[in-house]
Amino acid sequence: MATKQKTLEWEYAPAPEAAKIAKVAKRYGHFINGKWTAPSSGDYFRTTNPATNKKLSEVADGSAADVNAAVKAARVAYEGPWGKMSGRERGKYIFRIARLMQERAREFAIIETLDGGKPIRESRDIDVPLAANHFFYNAGWADKLEYAFPNRKVSSLGVAGQVIPWNFPLLMAAWKIAPALATGNTVVLKPAETTPLTALKLAEIIADSGLPDGVVNIVTGAGETGAAIVNHPDVNKVAFTGSTGVGKLIQKSIAGTDKRATLELGGKAANIILEDAAIDQAVEGIVNGIYFNQGHVCCAGSRLFVQETVFEEVMWKLKRRMETLIVGDPLDKNTDVGAINSKEQLKTIQKYLKAGVEDGAEMFQPKCDLPSTGNWCSPTVFTNVAQSSRIAQEEIFGPVLAVQTFRTVPEVIEKANNTPYGLSAGVWSDKGARLFQISNALEAGVVWGNTYNQFDPASPFGGYKESGFGREGGLHGLAAYLDF
Amino acid sequence: MDRLEILKTYKIFIGGKFPRTESGRYYTPEGKGGKPLGNICQSSRKDFRNSVVAAHSALGGWATRAAFNRSQILYRIGEMLEGRRAQFEAELIQQGVTASAAKSEVEAAIDLCVYYAGWCDKFQQVFSAVNPVSSSYFNFSVYEPVGVVAAIAPEKSSLAGLLGTILPIIAGGNSAVVLASESRPLCSVTLAEVLATSDLPGGVVNILTGNREELLPFMVSHMNVNSFVASDLKPAEKQLAREESISNLKRIVLLKDDPAKTESPYSILSTQEVKTTWHPIESSIAGGGKY
Repeated sequence: MATKQKTLEWEYAPAPEAAKIAKVAKRYGHFINGKWTAPSSGDYFRTTNPATNKKLSEVADGSAADVNAAVKAARVAYEGPWGKMSGRERGKYIFRIARLMQERAREFAIIETLDGGKPIRESRDIDVPLAANHFFYNAGWADKLEYAFPNRKVSSLGVAGQVIPWNFPLLMAAWKIAPALATGNTVVLKPAETTPLTALKLAEIIADSGLPDGVVNIVTGAGETGAAIVNHPDVNKVAFTGSTGVGKLIQKSIAGTDKRATLELGGKAANIILEDAAIDQAVEGIVNGIYFNQGHVCCAGSRLFVQETVFEEVMWKLKRRMETLIVGDPLDKNTDVGAINSKEQLKTIQKYLKAGVEDGAEMFQPKCDLPSTGNWCSPTVFTNVAQSSRIAQEEIFGPVLAVQTFRTVPEVIEKANNTPYGLSAGVWSDKGARLFQISNALEAGVVWGNTYNQFDPASPFGGYKESGFGREGGLHGLAAYLDF
Repeated sequence: MDRLEILKTYKIFIGGKFPRTESGRYYTPEGKGGKPLGNICQSSRKDFRNSVVAAHSALGGWATRAAFNRSQILYRIGEMLEGRRAQFEAELIQQGVTASAAKSEVEAAIDLCVYYAGWCDKFQQVFSAVNPVSSSYFNFSVYEPVGVVAAIAPEKSSLAGLLGTILPIIAGGNSAVVLASESRPLCSVTLAEVLATSDLPGGVVNILTGNREELLPFMVSHMNVNSFVASDLKPAEKQLAREESISNLKRIVLLKDDPAKTESPYSILSTQEVKTTWHPIESSIAGGGKY
């Protein structure tokens, strides 16, 4: 007689972080010349919680006049106190900002999750601490630049215009502002229109730090505001993180000027699993590679290459693991996959899900109950994906994985490099020699061996090919803000 | 009776071979005292594309070659130049330069070879980094060649400027397609003969002669060119280069200093990419790492 199998039901009690800790004002102006400034147009736009689509606050809609005021303030600060300050004193301000951010880390994490939809576990453990670390790391460079570039006396560029995306709102602001300040530049930064709040909270910290007025200015708005910054004649340096399409437009629009630029653009990274890899670890790496931050990651491991001999095992384990992913309330500390950042992005992702099926791939999604309101997408994996399929070619920027197989190392190198992008890649093998062989051959700016989506302020980040140019982070990230 | 002089047919240099331009076109720049320098190839778009194919096929072998070996080959270029000093000086004089200026330009060109030969296996050591990340990983950043580089050599300094453009590109493991000085093309053709006898693999350097205005748009828009280097472009040409570069986001390097007079490892870095690799370090007490 067959015994009845006892099944264990694992239910996690909700563990929500306290939204009320977040101090969000009803309305924010721009932060220009150290002061909160109403937009010249008088227009504001809403920023919402993508998990509920409820309004969180409203922020100023930046016009060309607002941008002009911000650039002017940045120029005055550059010609004035900031430009004249010693590196040592500059560094001390940046250290202060790092400390203030650490002190208010919990509040920042909650606001990041409310405004962007990412799981609190990620904003708490990754976004906010890393952002503070970027300030801390770069602060120490401010008075040591002569050691960074041998035989060169470097100088700052002037006013840096910085435009950042919605996937890591605070972290990207830190990536941009910290090295710019350490190298002696002043800043006009525009956060993404769907996630402006943590950048505005950062402005509060900057004001608290006593940083001279105008050194950092934050202007909110959509694409037109960004274009006004990029094309402002008194901006010396453009730093952009976002899509390859917009990056190309920026490069074209500043072609007639001698503005310096760094572009951190899209990706379609290969995550390569060799047959000798530790499969359980690799499966964790696959999940972290593509479902981290709902796949809203330029370096996401969105193309999975599995060696044929272990394909079935990997897929079985991956699907089993995906069944355990908790999708839902981003503020719940148990949540693995949060809300899609915006309705618009959800539509884009759904378009690609449809395209994947149309192109003949097999779609798998784990059974999970999605909340009834807000923007949600189940973690998705496609197998039987043709190289020509749109889901294997184009950046989706969502929790969608395209799986392909390979037999030999030369074959997977060829396939991995068969993309206009070149931001990142992952390689999983128990053999260091093979791992470094493949790392050498990959056209990618960052290669993760037996891991994925690791970031550190000391580690340069940036792409090959159409993933952009320039590096951010580490010693190499300083070069983009200096004249040699 | 006087012996009739053998006149040299000036060719271009593609994939280690010396063809005339596929287009059959030529131009006749004037040298000292208005004397024609010769029927110089006016290279076409097709010549350029053939050069990119040659540069592409040479790239893998050159990029993965030991930096030490690249160093030896660059030094060998210097040796070959030294042996042909008289010829280069004569050509420079023919192109309108004084004897003393010709002598010093050839010497500067030879010294550039020695200088960059030395950097081949050293810039990586000076500028790479092991990054102290806060997690248990060995994390390092190294330079890799950007790939195929199209370059326009300076118009005035037809030998030292040409070499000063080429050497930093190939020292770092890239392959190059270079358009020589339009008005002073003689040394470029002779330099190709030097390169062909310097153990430099065919296709690593390809040299074209011709019209800058005609070839520039193709050089900056070609999808298999990864970077473009020039030093003396006009503002409109700079703008064109940057605009057309968006086809594949090629790296546009517009040198501020005259490459004939620039000796710097930073010139090598301008056609390099930075690759960062993460590798785990096991941290368990069993390994004896902790007490």
